[in-house]
Amino acid sequence: MNGKLWTGGTIALLLLLVALAGPALAPHDPNRQDLVSIRQPPLWVGGAWRHPLGTDSLGRDILSRLLWGARVAVVVAVASAIVSALVGIPVALVAGYARGRVDTVLMRVVDVWMSIPAVLLAIALMAVLGLGLWKVVLAIVIVDWTRFARVVRGEVLALREREFVEAARAIGLRPLRVMTQELLPNLVPLIIVLVSLEMAIAVGVEALLSFVGLGVQAATPSWGAMIAEGRGYLMVSWWGMGVPMLALIAAVVGFNLLGEGLRERLDPRLRTTA
Amino acid sequence: MGATGGAPLLETRDLRTHFRRGGWLRPVRWLRAVDGVSLAVAHQETLGLVGESGSGKTTLGRTILRLVEPTGGQIHLGGQEITGLSQAALRPLRRRMQIVFQNPYASLNPRRLVGAIVGQPLAVHHVPGDHARMVGDLLQRVGLPLDAARRYPHEFSGGQRQRIAIARALALRPDLVVADEITSGLDVTVKLRVLALLRELQAEFRVAYLFISHDLAVVRQVADRVAVMYLGQIVEEAPTDALFDRPLHPYTRVLQASVPPPDPAATWRPPVLPGDPPSALSIPPGCRFHPRCPIAEARCRVEPPALRVLGPGHLVACHLAS
Amino acid sequence: MTPLPITAPVLEIRALTVRYGARVATWAVDLTLGPGEVLGLVGESGAGKSTVGRAVVRLLPEPGHVETGAIRFHGRDLLGLSDAEMRRLRGADVALIPQDPLSALNPVFRIGLQATDALRIHRGLSREAADAEMVRLLGHLGIPEPAEVLERYPHELSGGMRQRVLIAMAFSCDPSLVIADEPTTALDVTTQAQILRLLVELQAERRVATLFVTHDLGVVAHLAQRVAVMYAGCLVESAPTRELFRAAAHPYTQGLLTQVLRADVRAEASAALEGLMPILATAPAACPFRERCPKRMAVCDETMPALHEVAPGHAVACHLYGGA
Repeated sequence: MNGKLWTGGTIALLLLLVALAGPALAPHDPNRQDLVSIRQPPLWVGGAWRHPLGTDSLGRDILSRLLWGARVAVVVAVASAIVSALVGIPVALVAGYARGRVDTVLMRVVDVWMSIPAVLLAIALMAVLGLGLWKVVLAIVIVDWTRFARVVRGEVLALREREFVEAARAIGLRPLRVMTQELLPNLVPLIIVLVSLEMAIAVGVEALLSFVGLGVQAATPSWGAMIAEGRGYLMVSWWGMGVPMLALIAAVVGFNLLGEGLRERLDPRLRTTA
Repeated sequence: MGATGGAPLLETRDLRTHFRRGGWLRPVRWLRAVDGVSLAVAHQETLGLVGESGSGKTTLGRTILRLVEPTGGQIHLGGQEITGLSQAALRPLRRRMQIVFQNPYASLNPRRLVGAIVGQPLAVHHVPGDHARMVGDLLQRVGLPLDAARRYPHEFSGGQRQRIAIARALALRPDLVVADEITSGLDVTVKLRVLALLRELQAEFRVAYLFISHDLAVVRQVADRVAVMYLGQIVEEAPTDALFDRPLHPYTRVLQASVPPPDPAATWRPPVLPGDPPSALSIPPGCRFHPRCPIAEARCRVEPPALRVLGPGHLVACHLAS
Repeated sequence: MTPLPITAPVLEIRALTVRYGARVATWAVDLTLGPGEVLGLVGESGAGKSTVGRAVVRLLPEPGHVETGAIRFHGRDLLGLSDAEMRRLRGADVALIPQDPLSALNPVFRIGLQATDALRIHRGLSREAADAEMVRLLGHLGIPEPAEVLERYPHELSGGMRQRVLIAMAFSCDPSLVIADEPTTALDVTTQAQILRLLVELQAERRVATLFVTHDLGVVAHLAQRVAVMYAGCLVESAPTRELFRAAAHPYTQGLLTQVLRADVRAEASAALEGLMPILATAPAACPFRERCPKRMAVCDETMPALHEVAPGHAVACHLYGGA
């Protein structure tokens, strides 16, 4: 287990736990406004235990909002990554195995798709689809599935030439079976790594969309929305923006480290040369 | 071990496999890897196919199995023409011909258990019976322990992996096994054991081998007949002893003389062979070997020689051989 | 360098033990190479023969390291040299001909640039002078149109040509020691014959001490004056070539010679040796060949046999001849 795997894995695990149990642990209703105690500082800046991380400009408890926001972040991250994989991997398998014209056509589609600026596309999609957590997931999948398609296809192309694939064909294995029985198991390490990295990206995109007000609904707390809200009072109460930002950075870095740690761990085993 | 008479098990007639190179922004050229090969393998016979890089022997093996599509000519398996069959129609026929590859490290799926690998052909073709038991029998037959089925390929040595590959190839009891350089890269001791195994299995499974190799010494041990390939064509074909004791084609002679005998007392004069093994992209006119041939004459530069019978079962493609 | 007496060895390896991490690659290997002598170092894959060659030029791949032993080149301790001093020797006095010509050449540079590296670095020649010298050398090695070859990229040349370029590079600065690490293994049969012929000619001409690593007994039979056999990291036998083939003493060598395959003689060769060569995980306490030896004795399980001379110039590490 290397350092990256430890750190990233711990952060990711923590995030998952928070996402599952967090809302139950939240001391306050995240949407409850308390106009008496607005912009309270966090504990270490002179705040009270009542609001350990302080409150925002509407008196809402930041800690509670952070915990609820974590759930949003994790759900979006995991769902986006998995669905993107489910869309991109079959395309990659078909393109990489068939090669020739099929591959060319599919990859040109992917090329065109990828040439559309991701962020603009996401924003445009949300503007059309409307707000909501699952719509965010859909938008992210639509924008980013091509990453899976491209990277996995590269690996499929390489694997396809390996003799054990030829051996399977020589036995008479049908193409679909070759893809599922021979190629897919050898792609699992790569897919695991890609999923982790995709989660990092998804968290960031969700935050971005919420920041501009096109993410999850206004009633659901989201780190991006918190950052947007706290930005206006940065000079007065930096924690309104600072705390969710730190959480966001930690999550993105955590997923990235997890992905890289997994890659380092799994990569040498990928190349089986005994 | 000779042929049992009747139609040959495998026959190719003027088989050609050409690959397209270039095209997009450069002129189209054709790599004529296999360029008119007619050979036959009888039941339970071992035909050795010898050649260097660029000879087309590996492509020929793959073309016969339709892993690579032929460009022209015919392939007959057990009297039936299989050249134009669709992959779906070909599938049941694949039970009759299998292949063992050169690289024992790459030819077994590293993520599957050995038992699953060897049993895969049985599953694909829905062979009735207890697959687990059949796999166990096969593994024991090739000299591996029973528990090998529960392990992964990377736990085995190169020679052992080759045995696993052989077990897999024989699972369907094919009539023909193409062995593509299966002993290359193995130490001599392991080579000999693999060859001995092949010999035993041939009698028991009644299988014919197309044994492709660049190693003359190995081919001599295992083949009944030998065909020598150069630049996509067969230049000489004969029963093993005849080919090695009395090679008639200049290339075969050079090939044999190029192997240093492991005997310091014997004087070894490596033959002079100017130039390099040629590329199948630019094939010389006339006899393909003429630019490097020690005895080439004017006729050789212009007229391609046909295979002539110069002895019992001994064919040579050379104007000057006798 | 001041002229040395004729009989002083060019290369002396004493008790060389190399490990890759904890795994023993070579164990207490002793070798001597005289001026102009070709020593064939044979063994199966994993026997440690390449490791010896690489240890001499100090190019062991990670995590290889020399644990104990001495390597002396013209009496000079190589293992104690600094990296800079070793670099001055490499390519100039000590040259390496590697196994795979394709991976030994940088694919993005033209041949001319790479091949003349040694000449420019060690001899201080200018580009033009180095090119001219390389053209001369390549022509001498039988390459047609050498000037044109300098302009090409490695992938445009055939395997045989590439190997000739590597040989030219190795000899360009007149080394007194050449380590040839399986230089013909990756080549076709006919190409190998050409390269071997070339090496024989070069040897007759320049008389350079050569350590020729190979697994092919046919090659050493005609190239080497002396042969050393390695097994599981240990040197088990060394003798003049004819003597070894005629009267091998070590049971392993005998086994190897019995099962050698020949293309010119029809013989029912069968595997004479049972089992597999072990990989030494720790220091060997007894003879590494004992499990497979047809002449195994009780003492073989207890102590490592030491090298003993059984005939002039013929040494064996086996208890049959009084080991320990």
